[in-house]
Amino acid sequence: MIGRFLAALLALAAAPAAAETLAIVNGRIATVGPAGTIDRGTILIRDGRIVAVGADLSVPPGTRTIDAQGRIVTPGFIASGTGLGLIEVRSVEAADDRGASFPGISAAFDAGYGLNPDSLLVPVARLGGITRAIATPVYGDAPGRELLFAGQAAAVALGGGPMLVRRGVAMVLEMGDAGAERAGGARAAELVALRTVFADVRDFARRRAAYDRGETRDYGLSRADLEALVPVVEGRMPLLVSVNRASDIRDVLALAREEGLRVILEGGAEAWRVAADIAAAEVPVLLTPVDNLPASFESLGATLETPRRLAEAGVLVAFQGNGNHRERELRYNAGNAVAAGMTWEQSLAAITLNPARIFGLADTVGSLEPGKDADLVIWDGDPLDTLGRPTAIFIRGEAQPMSSRQTELRDRYLPAVRASLSQGAER
Amino acid sequence: MKRVAAILLLTAACAAGAQPPPERADATAPDPFPSTYRRAPGAPMAITGAHILTGTGAELVNGTILVRDGLVEAVGEDLAVPEGYEVVDASGRWLTPGLIDAHSHLGVSSSPTTPLSADHNEGTSPNTAEVWAEHAVWPQDPQFRLARAGGVTTLMILPGSGNLIGGRSVTLRNVPSPTVQGMKFPGAPYGVKMACGENPKRSYGARGRSPATRMGNVALFRRAWIEAADYARRLDRAGSGGEPPRRDLQLETLAGVLDGEILVQNHCYRADEMAIMIDMGREFGFRIRAFHHATEAYKIAPMLAREDICVATWASSWGSKMEALDSVEENAPMIEAAGGCAIIHSDDATLGQRLNQEAGIALAAGRRAGIDVTDGEAIRWITANPARALGIDDRVGTLEPGRMADLVLWSANPFSVYALAERVWIDGAPVWDRSDPRYQAPSDFLLGQPGQASPR
Repeated sequence: MIGRFLAALLALAAAPAAAETLAIVNGRIATVGPAGTIDRGTILIRDGRIVAVGADLSVPPGTRTIDAQGRIVTPGFIASGTGLGLIEVRSVEAADDRGASFPGISAAFDAGYGLNPDSLLVPVARLGGITRAIATPVYGDAPGRELLFAGQAAAVALGGGPMLVRRGVAMVLEMGDAGAERAGGARAAELVALRTVFADVRDFARRRAAYDRGETRDYGLSRADLEALVPVVEGRMPLLVSVNRASDIRDVLALAREEGLRVILEGGAEAWRVAADIAAAEVPVLLTPVDNLPASFESLGATLETPRRLAEAGVLVAFQGNGNHRERELRYNAGNAVAAGMTWEQSLAAITLNPARIFGLADTVGSLEPGKDADLVIWDGDPLDTLGRPTAIFIRGEAQPMSSRQTELRDRYLPAVRASLSQGAER
Repeated sequence: MKRVAAILLLTAACAAGAQPPPERADATAPDPFPSTYRRAPGAPMAITGAHILTGTGAELVNGTILVRDGLVEAVGEDLAVPEGYEVVDASGRWLTPGLIDAHSHLGVSSSPTTPLSADHNEGTSPNTAEVWAEHAVWPQDPQFRLARAGGVTTLMILPGSGNLIGGRSVTLRNVPSPTVQGMKFPGAPYGVKMACGENPKRSYGARGRSPATRMGNVALFRRAWIEAADYARRLDRAGSGGEPPRRDLQLETLAGVLDGEILVQNHCYRADEMAIMIDMGREFGFRIRAFHHATEAYKIAPMLAREDICVATWASSWGSKMEALDSVEENAPMIEAAGGCAIIHSDDATLGQRLNQEAGIALAAGRRAGIDVTDGEAIRWITANPARALGIDDRVGTLEPGRMADLVLWSANPFSVYALAERVWIDGAPVWDRSDPRYQAPSDFLLGQPGQASPR
């Protein structure tokens, strides 16, 4: 909570332009909130927050006004399960901070540290309409892969200033094939190991003083890892579980029920086969709509129909992009879910309000509603389609640059390309 | 002068017409793994009222296409449908040539991914020109059907890029078949996969072997071409009565490149490395048909256009490696704007299901940057231009009379994320139909597996 407050202060300090009133008029506003889509409306922004959204708002005199010219305005998108802020080049170890193989830091790994707002990936993702992300750790794949948890995800903002918005929005755990491999080769071992760990954590939480005096049994995990898992066993921090096979999902739901855990499912290739169970447990699912390959024996039932089937069963669904450098494809993934039967509104919610709800951020982002941060994007076409592109992007009310290293490279070489063609034509 | 390697490509020669069999330097079988693909018989067909992108650059807003004997018979806006033709009403829909994926690993890098099915990198030596992708293609890879549902009718299956010279590619018709021979594109020339840059040097350098640097990459390439040139000379001498050399599969492939019969498909990201490869080709007398991935092609777009080398690339993929850092979404439109041959490829079984969308991303980015490319031009990135890179542009890639009738009927503008391939034909025969389960059958592998009752 204090971290969040400080982050907000820092963001304000880094964004003097936010301390003003701004009106976006003539927008076709997809609020993703109770107001639905407003055909021709105005968004009033003060000090980086939305003050009002509506069709018949009067704009105070002297307000800086941006005419959206009838274009679609959406909330900024949220990239879930990404390395944004943590990775630069995957093949360069020093430029990849998503995970570590340090033995005593597993659950304690905190993706809220070491974030790099100057990453080249940030402007590229932002030009795909992404304004926030859930920076998510990955396992440090050392020989033996003995880490049980990858660590804690953090909510970040892509506005160029300090990135951290909130630490510990989820604890990351792989189950299924990968989890079994970490536990020595079988699912049964991982499920037993997890129950043992959760019992240890509960014991530790009750007997911290005794632990520090060396009067408890050996818990297996480091003190830092034990401490990090206390909010998980107390149901305060959700466990983000990568899992795909229908039977594995049932096992996760049972584990969560027995241990009193809050769970978010990630991947979910066969989630549609147990959709009713997932809905009954009120467990949300993060998935990549275009992942339909039977890429492993745990995802033979993968299908493009998963988003629609989960939504129809009443499951809260959020979409993921195509990872790190390719997060900007998030909106096309949402478009592909529409092509596979979701409604446009459902798909837009799955990259805005739904991830905000899943990670506990819906009080500040995810929809265009009074009181929320003014993260929004104006589009020259359909934001979920290949042919639409953003024309303006705001994070906490601050206009973002519409360039990246990539557009700079393009602009450096474009004149020579044009010149070559006109020379060719003369010949 | 004909050489053994050329003879191996006899199918290509056959397609050009009935020529007398060339002289042989030895008893090599000319085509040891011949295609057994035969087009499925079908009645004459007319697709009417479609918005047609012909692949020649043309766009017909209300077009009709006539298909007979597996070939395009006629395309136009005011065509009468002759008696006896099955009519497909395509009003409100778009029609394009079948899509061609110029860079695929389907069948050699199959789903599900297991160590036992990873057959794309013979990573035991930096030069494995002797291996052929077709010897590893698993026709039951479920990914072939997914690509079909994305409108892909022809694919070039390449070995991986872990080696400098990874082996021969094979060009396939995307039809269900229990054998790879039943998929082989009759008469398509072979390609050879070559790779610049990080992959080979990392694969071997990590093991303390050469190549460990880009210097090593080029040195080993040149050594291979010196040996190939020597082999080719010995074959030439044998052709004029001398003793033929002992058959060498590795050198046979490389000599085929020097003969111009095997097309060089070169994985190469950086502009500077592409320029080195072009010079190296000149040194040894071969041409590079296409650079693949070619992230930095836009930096030398005029040179690549001048050299007549195609560029097979993406719009969105970037950054996984140092050499992929300088990507721009506008790579393909910038190649197009320089008058070059731009191709959108997949190299990925997920992306390979939506080449049309990837082309759409490049198209939209290009237009936003002020590069005026029409829909009719952009469709060539996934049809006519890959056909050219694969050496099959006289048979597929456009909807012109006499071309093989590979067709995709789209529910909407194919560059849109909402466009679905409703129906797909190969040689005029239906291979995919979203509303007809007969054309949706999963591969053998998926029979009896979870969730197969649903469309995918």
